[in-house]
Amino acid sequence: MSEVAPPEAVDLHAARVKVFKLQDTVFHQVTLVFAFIVLAALVGILVSLAIEAMPVLRQFGAPFLWTDVWNVPEERFGALAAIYGTVVTSVIALVIAVPVSFGIALFLTETCPVWLRRPLGTAIEMLAGVPSIIYGIWGLFVFAPLFSKHVQPYLQSALGDVPVIGGWFAGPPIGVGILTAGIVLSLMVIPFVASVMRDVFETVPAPLKESAYGVGCTTWEVVTNVVLPYTRVGVIGGIMLGLGRALGETMAVTFVIGNANRIVGSLYAPGTSIASTLANEFGEADPGLHISSLFALGLVLFIITFIVLAISRWLIRRGTAKQGI
Amino acid sequence: MDLYARRILTNRVGIALSMVAMAFGLAALMWILWTLFYNGFSALSWDFFTQDTPAPGSEGGGLRNAIVGTLMIVGVTTLVSTPIGILAGIYLAEFGTTSRFAAATRFVTDIMLSAPSIVVGLFVYALAVATLGGFSGWAGSLALSLIAIPVVVRTTENMLLLVPSSLREAAFAVGAPRWKVSLSITLRAVKAGVVTGILLAIARVLGETAPLLFTALNNQFYSTNMSQPMGNLPVVIFQFAMSPYDNWVSLAWGGALLIALLVLGINVVARVLFRKKSSD
Repeated sequence: MSEVAPPEAVDLHAARVKVFKLQDTVFHQVTLVFAFIVLAALVGILVSLAIEAMPVLRQFGAPFLWTDVWNVPEERFGALAAIYGTVVTSVIALVIAVPVSFGIALFLTETCPVWLRRPLGTAIEMLAGVPSIIYGIWGLFVFAPLFSKHVQPYLQSALGDVPVIGGWFAGPPIGVGILTAGIVLSLMVIPFVASVMRDVFETVPAPLKESAYGVGCTTWEVVTNVVLPYTRVGVIGGIMLGLGRALGETMAVTFVIGNANRIVGSLYAPGTSIASTLANEFGEADPGLHISSLFALGLVLFIITFIVLAISRWLIRRGTAKQGI
Repeated sequence: MDLYARRILTNRVGIALSMVAMAFGLAALMWILWTLFYNGFSALSWDFFTQDTPAPGSEGGGLRNAIVGTLMIVGVTTLVSTPIGILAGIYLAEFGTTSRFAAATRFVTDIMLSAPSIVVGLFVYALAVATLGGFSGWAGSLALSLIAIPVVVRTTENMLLLVPSSLREAAFAVGAPRWKVSLSITLRAVKAGVVTGILLAIARVLGETAPLLFTALNNQFYSTNMSQPMGNLPVVIFQFAMSPYDNWVSLAWGGALLIALLVLGINVVARVLFRKKSSD
């Protein structure tokens, strides 16, 4: 082409290509910078939390993590009560959310009439769209009073005398507390766990399920013996995603957990979680050790959720990428 | 026959339980929405939109300052996070399919999608509030942007990856430079999907409370100055719901209903938009 074209045209073309090339480099770099901003934000969060938490970590060291004191006037701080509340509420949430989510995913993928799948799936996803503060206000004004009046006394009389778990239901049924927070949290994580489970259930190749049905399996047997083993990795990933969500949830928990910075064996007792301690105290915290220990709590929360979410992502990727056997 | 009967029974019980689980999920949604309407609807009135938040103990009042504040904070958030999110998404989809840096960014965005929002609030407090002299609407927008950007990045990238490579190759073949292909061909092809992502990001941040607690704080008075603490719906709902005044609690319910309607409405619009596009 360049042999027949006049030299000026070649030059013009070369100049044009050069401009394009320059523009492309600029465009590439610009998009790269923006991608870098996203990456830098996470590193920035870690670093800034660590810097702000430094005074406390220097003062109390690692025992900060397993000390059960939170005494603002005396400036003695330990994270144990908050970590305990965070973990226990999340575990309660998962104990409820996992079977329910499994049921929802099973229903949506196996038994639901096809025309209903989309609307019902959307309704469940709507539950995920409801802002957490709505769950909080609902939990405080509607759920907690009903729960303390109609459920807690019966639970107490039914299970209060059972060894080991009896103590979980001890104390006055006041509605707000760790158990209530766990239940409200479970409603919040169900949509996340259920939609991951549904997505991974849908990756099971139809011939595999049809073979099982073909040899006479019931729906329940197909799901428990074929679908679940096949999607095990993704299902666990979904549960971890729910756990990550539950650990870091702030508003819903703050409304209903009761905000008492102590550890009581009973699940009826008010408690606190890392996120709710931050929401309650950070605004009025004194500069110095108090605010620094709140940053340290934030750092602990961030690291825990980071690990849980990283594992979850890895598992979900593996679970949904799998094709065939 | 005994075994057969037992298998049938197990199956029936299992299916029945799955339906119970589904009903449980739907009932929770219905219950929450019904409560919102029941308690919130009576609070919605002309005053609700035209009066400012009442002082402790005084009668009446509305949420005008909070509504305006939320709209401004979320508006700025949208303006900030849309270009950043789209450009980062373009990088991941068009340039970063194999690079390690892109893989790391992708990983971080996925984590940030579910990271505790209160930690983002702490970060912005340390970064902007403590250093730049106080709570402000800008700090609130910054915190919300950090939550919105990952949503936009992920949807943009996923949408761009759906564009058939033949479309890109056709554009390259007629001599289009890469930036033009990205912006005028592929991005345009997935416009509806990207808009969906932006809408979902707005819906996500509209109800976020935790990151605003220590950034935008709250403001009892009407203010459009983004450099000052700014009233916003989620924090007002939080404070008023916990208060002992009946009219405050009622306003909190009204605010909660308003937020829920906005969020769910945007979700529905995003879905319809996306479905229309993907069925074309």
